[in-house]
Amino acid sequence: MAPTCKRRVSGKALANGSVGVIYQVFENVAEKYDVMNDSMSLGIHRVWKDILVHKMNPSPGTLLVDVAGGTGDIAFRFLNYVRSVRERQLQQKLRHHQNLSWQEISKSYQEEKSNPLGDSQVVVCDINKEMLKAGKKRAQHLGYSEGLSWVLGNAEELPFDDDKFDVYTIAFGIRNVTRIDLALQEAYRVLKPGGRFLCLEFSHVSNPLLSRLYDLYSFQVIPVLGEVIAGDWKSYQYLVESIRRFPPQEELKAMIEDAGFLKVDYQNLNSGIVAIHSGFKL
Amino acid sequence: MLRGAAVRAALLRAVRGAPGRAGLGRAVPRAEEEEEEEEERQRGGRVPLYPGHIPTTPLQKALLAAGSACAALWDPYRHDMVAVLGETTGCLALPKLRDRMRNDPEGYRILQERPRIRLSTLDMARLGGLPDGTLGREYIRFLEDNKVSPDTRMPAKFVDDEELAYVIQRYREVHDLMHTLLGMPTNMLGEVVVKWFEAVQTGLPMCVLGAAFGPVRLNARKLQVLATELLPWAVRSGRNASCVLNVYYEQRWEQSVESLREEIGIFPPPAVCV
Repeated sequence: MAPTCKRRVSGKALANGSVGVIYQVFENVAEKYDVMNDSMSLGIHRVWKDILVHKMNPSPGTLLVDVAGGTGDIAFRFLNYVRSVRERQLQQKLRHHQNLSWQEISKSYQEEKSNPLGDSQVVVCDINKEMLKAGKKRAQHLGYSEGLSWVLGNAEELPFDDDKFDVYTIAFGIRNVTRIDLALQEAYRVLKPGGRFLCLEFSHVSNPLLSRLYDLYSFQVIPVLGEVIAGDWKSYQYLVESIRRFPPQEELKAMIEDAGFLKVDYQNLNSGIVAIHSGFKL
Repeated sequence: MLRGAAVRAALLRAVRGAPGRAGLGRAVPRAEEEEEEEEERQRGGRVPLYPGHIPTTPLQKALLAAGSACAALWDPYRHDMVAVLGETTGCLALPKLRDRMRNDPEGYRILQERPRIRLSTLDMARLGGLPDGTLGREYIRFLEDNKVSPDTRMPAKFVDDEELAYVIQRYREVHDLMHTLLGMPTNMLGEVVVKWFEAVQTGLPMCVLGAAFGPVRLNARKLQVLATELLPWAVRSGRNASCVLNVYYEQRWEQSVESLREEIGIFPPPAVCV
């Protein structure tokens, strides 16, 4: 059976503007997105995403918007994190109450069952229907239902009110936005005062030896992996090139500051292959 | 189909939209084209030579060959991987095939005229109306019985010569006609027999690998039939036959399959149920 026919990135799409072209790239890759991420990064992308959520350190009751969150990686990690924090909270509460009656103990179990997330919520927003579809399927498969919602939206023009969210994350998504400054402005708008902006993205490696190895791997191996696993050389060639064109750490930091964020900082992971930028709306 | 360079340029322009980089001299189109070509050269080493061509470095070809071999073994229905394997390993066999075509008058004409076998170029109704036993009628019967279409063949992507890309394309499009001439269906056993024939005929490493590894997935009974009857016949026919790519099939739809077999040198197929 021949692989499902993927729409080639066509001249007509080009005429509609670059957003359409990038849309088709992700429409093509949506199905195999997670498999490709694991193969290309040898599974390390999972560690990067874990570090992002640990840095976020969300407490129960946090309202998160994960933009370009497609297949739900950050959202699921967020839900796991707040669930375990909540469990620990309830356990701590129990420990401080000595001499509990059976009624009180069963009430606390009920509390845990009825509100395991502590009112935390995550909204996954993505411009691409296929990616959202893949994400919803994954959520169902993994058993995530509470505290999770899926919204179709454009990072440059979010369908949310002002001052709504506690945390805004964008993991490996801002690179694909045409007007990064607009996306940053929207991030500022939808965050509550005191809210945090977190961006996980490929960045620049300054170490020359590592940079050469990284380039070699990126240009020689990744398109091959794309062709062999997903039958799509061009999309993964695009991926590698878009990483090279993306602003380096300091430049992105300046752009985030321009949008109005304060206490902007970045943390390099793996010598700059990936960086987490953080800023606050104060 | 849009050329790779133009697509990439558009995507890069989109990503470059960040404020700090806006002033990179977009005013001169020619300079931009040169910049794109320079990028292309840095990347794969060459500029695309035909629509759908993806230039690759030797390292990329080696990785592709290994990866596609594994993928094809893992999932034999990944026809695209079999195709990629053929393209990346055919650098020695394809020029030889092309030379054989050049040295034959009919093959030479095929190289000049570049006929393509696809639904848009075939008159399916006319071919279906031909008498039984003719190449055209039997080809249509084969397509219908096995529910295949000539349009599912992958275009060549990784061959770095425009003429050789056509040769491998022709080989792929003629594959269904091989099934018809050899009388083999598209099940695993039939495909293995055709691969053995093609391996002897073309010498393409992909055919050789397919012929060697294909039988792994057959049960004992089929293996026996393969080894005792079908294989010896396929190999003998392959050796005896003239180059199958030198036949202008599009001009021989009315010819009977038997006479075409005799002309090429394919022995009549053994009477076994495949």
